[in-house]
Amino acid sequence: MSLSPKPCASSEAPPIRLNGLDLVADLSGALFVPALETLIVADLHLEKGSAYAARGVHLPPYDTRATLGLLREVMARYRPRTLVSLGDSFHDGRARERLHDTDIASIRALSELCDMVWITGNHDREPPEDLGGQVAGELRLGDIVLRHEPSTGLALETEISGHLHPVAAVVRRGRRVRRRCFASDGARLVLPAFGAYTGGLDVRSESFAEVFPSGRFTVWMLGRDAVYALPSRALRYSG
Amino acid sequence: MAWSAKTQRMTASEGQTGVTARAGADLLPRRFADWFAGRGWQPRRHQLDLLEHGLAGRSALLIAPTGGGKTLAGFLASLVELGERAGAARTSSTLHTLYISPLKALAVDIARNLEAPVAEMGLDIRIETRTGDTPQGKRRRQRLDPPDILITTPEQLALMIAYPDAERFFSGLRCVVLDELHALVASKRGALLSLGLARLARIAPQARRTGLSATVADPDALRAWLVPQPVDAPPHHAALVEGDPGPPPDISILESVERVPWSGHSARYAIGEIYEAIRARRMVLIFVNTRSQAELVFQELWHVNEDTLPIALHHGSLDVSQRRRVEQAMSEGTLRAVVCTSTLDLGIDWGDVDLVVNVGAPKGASRLMQRIGRANHRLNEPSHALLVPSNRFEVLECQAAEDAAAEGEQDTEPPVAGKLDVLAQHVLGVACAGPFDADALYREIRSAAAYMTLARADFDAVVDFVATGGYALRSYERFARLRRTPDGLWRLAHPRIAQQYRLNVGTIVEADMLKVRLARQRGRGARRMVGPGGRVLGEIEEYFIEQLAPGDTFLFAGHVLRFERLEESEALVTRTSAQEPRIPAYMGGKFPLSTYLAARVRAMLDDPERWRALPAQVRDWLSIQRFKSRVPKRTEMLVETFPRAKRHYLVCYPFEGRLAHQTLGMLLTRRMERLGARPLGFVANEYALAVWGTRDLSLMVESGHLSLPELFEEDMLGDDLDAWLAESSLMKRTFRSCAVIAGLIERRFPGKEKSGRQVTFSSDLIYDVLRQHEPDHVLLRAAWDDAAAGLLDIRRLSDMLARIRGHIVHRRLETVSPLAVPVMLEIGREPVYGEADEALLQEAADELVAEAMRLV
Repeated sequence: MSLSPKPCASSEAPPIRLNGLDLVADLSGALFVPALETLIVADLHLEKGSAYAARGVHLPPYDTRATLGLLREVMARYRPRTLVSLGDSFHDGRARERLHDTDIASIRALSELCDMVWITGNHDREPPEDLGGQVAGELRLGDIVLRHEPSTGLALETEISGHLHPVAAVVRRGRRVRRRCFASDGARLVLPAFGAYTGGLDVRSESFAEVFPSGRFTVWMLGRDAVYALPSRALRYSG
Repeated sequence: MAWSAKTQRMTASEGQTGVTARAGADLLPRRFADWFAGRGWQPRRHQLDLLEHGLAGRSALLIAPTGGGKTLAGFLASLVELGERAGAARTSSTLHTLYISPLKALAVDIARNLEAPVAEMGLDIRIETRTGDTPQGKRRRQRLDPPDILITTPEQLALMIAYPDAERFFSGLRCVVLDELHALVASKRGALLSLGLARLARIAPQARRTGLSATVADPDALRAWLVPQPVDAPPHHAALVEGDPGPPPDISILESVERVPWSGHSARYAIGEIYEAIRARRMVLIFVNTRSQAELVFQELWHVNEDTLPIALHHGSLDVSQRRRVEQAMSEGTLRAVVCTSTLDLGIDWGDVDLVVNVGAPKGASRLMQRIGRANHRLNEPSHALLVPSNRFEVLECQAAEDAAAEGEQDTEPPVAGKLDVLAQHVLGVACAGPFDADALYREIRSAAAYMTLARADFDAVVDFVATGGYALRSYERFARLRRTPDGLWRLAHPRIAQQYRLNVGTIVEADMLKVRLARQRGRGARRMVGPGGRVLGEIEEYFIEQLAPGDTFLFAGHVLRFERLEESEALVTRTSAQEPRIPAYMGGKFPLSTYLAARVRAMLDDPERWRALPAQVRDWLSIQRFKSRVPKRTEMLVETFPRAKRHYLVCYPFEGRLAHQTLGMLLTRRMERLGARPLGFVANEYALAVWGTRDLSLMVESGHLSLPELFEEDMLGDDLDAWLAESSLMKRTFRSCAVIAGLIERRFPGKEKSGRQVTFSSDLIYDVLRQHEPDHVLLRAAWDDAAAGLLDIRRLSDMLARIRGHIVHRRLETVSPLAVPVMLEIGREPVYGEADEALLQEAADELVAEAMRLV
């Protein structure tokens, strides 16, 4: 059992190139666009824990805190001018009521550090309007469109989205390693889910086949210490 | 038929000693005495002793080797009481005796066997069973109209006490019989059962307890386990009855003419000799440590089965109907051999087994003795056992086990105690029965020996957990599962919660398993189509299937199967004609060698005089070790360093079992990394740990750069351990088990994942968040408590570090030593067991870079 990976900071991981733009895949699951000083995160699913608690499953009520804490840390590293939350920022329509005061304050504070945009998602069609920032269905950054749910079929424009919670798996030495990942075929880029309690969907499943119609794409898998780039043909379907 | 086989072991000359027997015999009513006499039997002394205690209303523990009329001993007092009822009492509809057996198959068998003497004596006694297979309608009827004797399992008892009418149901209870008690108390099942018994003690205080157990290291612990304990007073004990131990078993270790392998767990080399043993006997049971070993040995035996003897396979992953067929054939005597795992240990009557073969080291003296004791033996004839070591070190283990057996030494673990996740499940069950008072419940729980030392703060934390999850951040009061009533009692917030509870009762959390189903094939070649529709062969671990690509072949249920694909959480397979599977399965054992046997092995090594009892191949091995390096003394830990093929190795010999060594490996390499030793990897076996790297470790040790005492300092179990536990997949698995048992997340039912109502949730996500934000949460404490033993064996590691302090001996060598060879051979052969994910990702990424950089 070998255990000393060569040190490889996430900034050394090969950047994602999308329509001529270099993008940084951060170990946290956030995406940074240096040229536009914009940080993008997707699928925060805030208050997912309390949503389960309301149904009698008392998950630890710290997911919002953990997610916001991580976001703050990433913000501190990149100091972006704009922060985009790419949909499903809240787990459901009643999340706002369940938010703890401390977390409400945190979110408002974030929205004061930079321009904040809440993209609407399928879980939060109407994100709260009193937490700062602006709400939008889509956002354009130059030639790139940002939306929650990826389009399918032939790509007509360069697109960054979330919604699918991509995970990828490799099998080596009789063992499967499954991790969240970024996935892109050069035209579309799907972000991993950033939220502390979010699950994942395998990139080799049906839903992704429509998003990457050529069948060939690259994933950037989030390890513990580094981000690892792999072609889709190296992956094993993990169900 | 099973009765007669067992009772044949009772004869006139045995057990008739002294006053007790005669007094006991006086207590036996005429009808019973006639029945015994009519069969030509004499009741045994321990049966009469137990009868006397029972009729006097005293709780008692019977310790006797398996067989020998133990079950009848357990029932006798109840049968006498029920049989002698007169008039109206005969038609009363209350439960008299509850009999708890660990297995539902066993429960059904016991019931059937009990019917025979009851019918023959013309007793008016109703006997029924209640297991997981009992339909709801029958269960409801039993609650309203209980039988006299109910034969059931621990999980069913937990369910039965969780009803409001439990008090009424158990009000007439006079006796609880607990069978295979030594096995029950050794797991969390026993902890849950002890809480259930504490409840019974409150609602039916007149019910005596009768425990039936195999020999254990500490009988007093079981005697206390059986009966309610007073708070803050000396402990109470059930009376003790000891059965005749019978003649000592005849154990031998295979002295093979073949070469014993250096390492690995395959007994291939000895297959011929095992086959000869089968030919020479009536029926042989061949025990192995794992399912995959069972498959392999079964295959190998059939390759040499020239006489076409009926040889069967039995292990826990096989389909239930398949297992029942084998068990049936065993009791009918139509099999010559069965290759099996420990799932057959607690089974029904084995029939006419006259030899037990144990492949691989027995891992524990008691485990071995219990297994051997079950082989059928005529009176004054010892049970026969043959130990077949699968590698040279196992020869030492087998020798240690044989010596221990000869001395009658036991190494059973103490009963499982204080488990907080189990307590949480029980508290919810109590709430399902009705509102409870916290103070009263706390006292009730402490009356269980397993929870005698439970602190009030821990109890409150558990109640808080059941109510709202027990978090410091009080967000969930409005979603509480338990609420306070105006008079301060705790009650269920909603009846729906009781329904949910009933679906999740139990303490066994299986590794995720997938069904293996034979596919139907149509067409050929390129047009070949494969679809579901064949029968289910059994279940296999998800982690094993995860690594398979379509077309991979593996061994299961006696065939080489081809993996086709996953279909709705079932693995579809087809049979192939291939002789060898491409994908090997994990072969190492489930249990590490016991501390007790390990100490014996160390003592054996320390005394060259005792090497003479060992086979020449093993003797030579140790002699050359003594010459080239050193054979470790009993109290010391040897550390060898040597170079080999551009790498440098550090091999240490703690003798603490594979699991503790894996944990040590993780911690040691972290530490070595900090000390600049740059380790690259490690591998462990039952007695050794090998670490390798590119820096000259011999030089580092001798120059003082790498201090061995510092390396093995006990503080390794502080920050280093903590950091590793954050990511350890073994720890996460341990936590998951606690979360399911405690009722935080629901069990996964194979095949039912897709149903919308399933609220399954990845426990790994919870683990990470909880560690970060509330590290002393009750569930984390429960998981940590499990990690002390279990998959991480931390307590054992801690004891070892204390033991070797000041006793580390270093040898600098120029080449690998004989003692190191077995563990060195594991390099590359053992599957990566858990912690190298990051390295695997790196490897995957690097390989593609290399591929890309190649010019061809």
